[in-house]
Amino acid sequence: MCIVGGGFQAAPFLFWIDRFAPNQHTERSMKSEAATVLEHRDFGGGYNLLVFDVPAVASEVVPGQFIHLRVPRLEGAVLRRPFSVFKADAQTLSVLYKQVGRGTRAMGEIAAGESVSIVGPLGNGFPQADASAFPVLVAGGYGVAPLYLLASRMPAKGILFVGGRSEIDILCVDAFLELGWEVQVTTEDGSIGSKGLVTGALDRWLSSRGPEVRPEFFACGPDGLLKAVGDRVISGNGQGWLSLDKHMGCGVGACLACVQKIRVDGGSVVWKRVCKDGPIFEAHEIVWPSEDSA
Amino acid sequence: MSAPNMAVEIASIGMKNPVMVASGTFGYGPEYAEFVDLNALGAIVVKGIRMEPWEGNAPPRMVEVHGGLVNAIGLQGPGVEGFVEAYLPFLREFDVPVLINIWGRSLEEYGEVAAAFDGVEGVAGLELNISCPNVKEGGIAFGTDPAMAAEVIALARSKTRLPLIPKLSPNVPNVALFAKVAEDEGADAISLINTLPAMVIDVETRRPVLSNVVGGLSGPGIKPVAIKQVWEAARAVSIPVVGMGGITCARDAIEFLIAGATAVAVGTANFTEPTASVDVIQGIEQYLIDHDIADVRELIGSVNESA
Repeated sequence: MCIVGGGFQAAPFLFWIDRFAPNQHTERSMKSEAATVLEHRDFGGGYNLLVFDVPAVASEVVPGQFIHLRVPRLEGAVLRRPFSVFKADAQTLSVLYKQVGRGTRAMGEIAAGESVSIVGPLGNGFPQADASAFPVLVAGGYGVAPLYLLASRMPAKGILFVGGRSEIDILCVDAFLELGWEVQVTTEDGSIGSKGLVTGALDRWLSSRGPEVRPEFFACGPDGLLKAVGDRVISGNGQGWLSLDKHMGCGVGACLACVQKIRVDGGSVVWKRVCKDGPIFEAHEIVWPSEDSA
Repeated sequence: MSAPNMAVEIASIGMKNPVMVASGTFGYGPEYAEFVDLNALGAIVVKGIRMEPWEGNAPPRMVEVHGGLVNAIGLQGPGVEGFVEAYLPFLREFDVPVLINIWGRSLEEYGEVAAAFDGVEGVAGLELNISCPNVKEGGIAFGTDPAMAAEVIALARSKTRLPLIPKLSPNVPNVALFAKVAEDEGADAISLINTLPAMVIDVETRRPVLSNVVGGLSGPGIKPVAIKQVWEAARAVSIPVVGMGGITCARDAIEFLIAGATAVAVGTANFTEPTASVDVIQGIEQYLIDHDIADVRELIGSVNESA
């Protein structure tokens, strides 16, 4: 899954989560709700859509936030599972998920009409897009989900690069086309779109774009894709918002399981909580394991 | 009948009810404040604090297992000063006792941290962490040797007037011995159990899942172990016992009280259900009403061992 939030700056001191976290809690927005399942659709390839009737959460969601779902009938489980929000209106929200492990396989049994415990909305949303820049979205597989909510609420229209292993891994293309966005599809086996990695298509577009087009990147997908997009943001001296995906415990910033090394003002590096301080970080902030000498 | 009495006292700390939240599972208070009325809790025990900020372990730090989770967070924390500046002002706004879980990387540091919190407004007591399995220095090293446990408890005792509650390790052959050591060295209460040392291996990669290789097991799977240790410890001492380990519902908490605990702490269940702590409080009260029990203290140590 792919989760996303908003770049957040904190006091620069070494290896500590932001000490001003309590100030973020003045507004009461997170809720624990019983959500009624309206629809559960299987797209094939392990991909599924879940639609919930849960107005208290749905009406508060901003693009890039996630929900924490307690999987029904998952014996022996103590942790919830996080899913970024794909669509949301005043009444309902939906998530896209792929069956990859025990938890998501058990989710396949969720039936329309049943009640599921949801905590949310969690994390920070994407920041407001730079109106003077051209939005470039880069998605790997079901990482397209939060980017769709983002695009649907963005006044500008831009381009989506979406990649996957094969045709079945490519989701939501029609939905983006309906929004009036350009879409470039790549698959590793060439079964749809151009053959190769999504960054190949992105590089061809970057080198052919007019000099007046200044991209602002928004990406969600596996770490390799995020780092590749981040590298291009940094080399192009641009701005890019990357949605990190880490195994989470509590989802609300208490357990400190999902930490990520983040550069803050002054050049020091601190642990940030992906669930609470993220899950979206700006490309320049992220210290990837390969460059981490600490 | 009128509403049953839910109040208990631990180490001279008056609690509205016997339910605390366990250190490391509730952050420093604000994290769950949107879900839980903090004033409804018996007490809050914040995540472990040493003198200086501490980085903790590299991720992955947590993995779910059947009936629980294994964590090796490694006591990441803001240090005494960072905590007092960033979190105490928030916590002082509430009418709930705040216990600070403290640890050190050396004997001396335990004493320094205990002294640093002495007389600090908004701190009701100290839980002395001599049982964390996830740090190389300090923690469990002090909790599995009776002589070292005695030394660190005595030192902390000499450095603070605050109620002192050593948190005992389950990783000892005779927990009653450590309970007695704590009582003899001047502890006002004891809490147990901390997590059980544990390990998870990915059978595809054959690599340990946690970067720290080993961690501590918590969650409902450890509850029977914790009940037995609380029962043994409570029989060995006359100071109160705070029982914890795998509590997910009121009946689990009541089981600890019957085993001998005066208060309990909800831990991993906070992750499963953000309102778990207040759900447990409400459930205990309902149990008292349903069983026509006027005072929750009637449950403490009431286990019936006759054949």
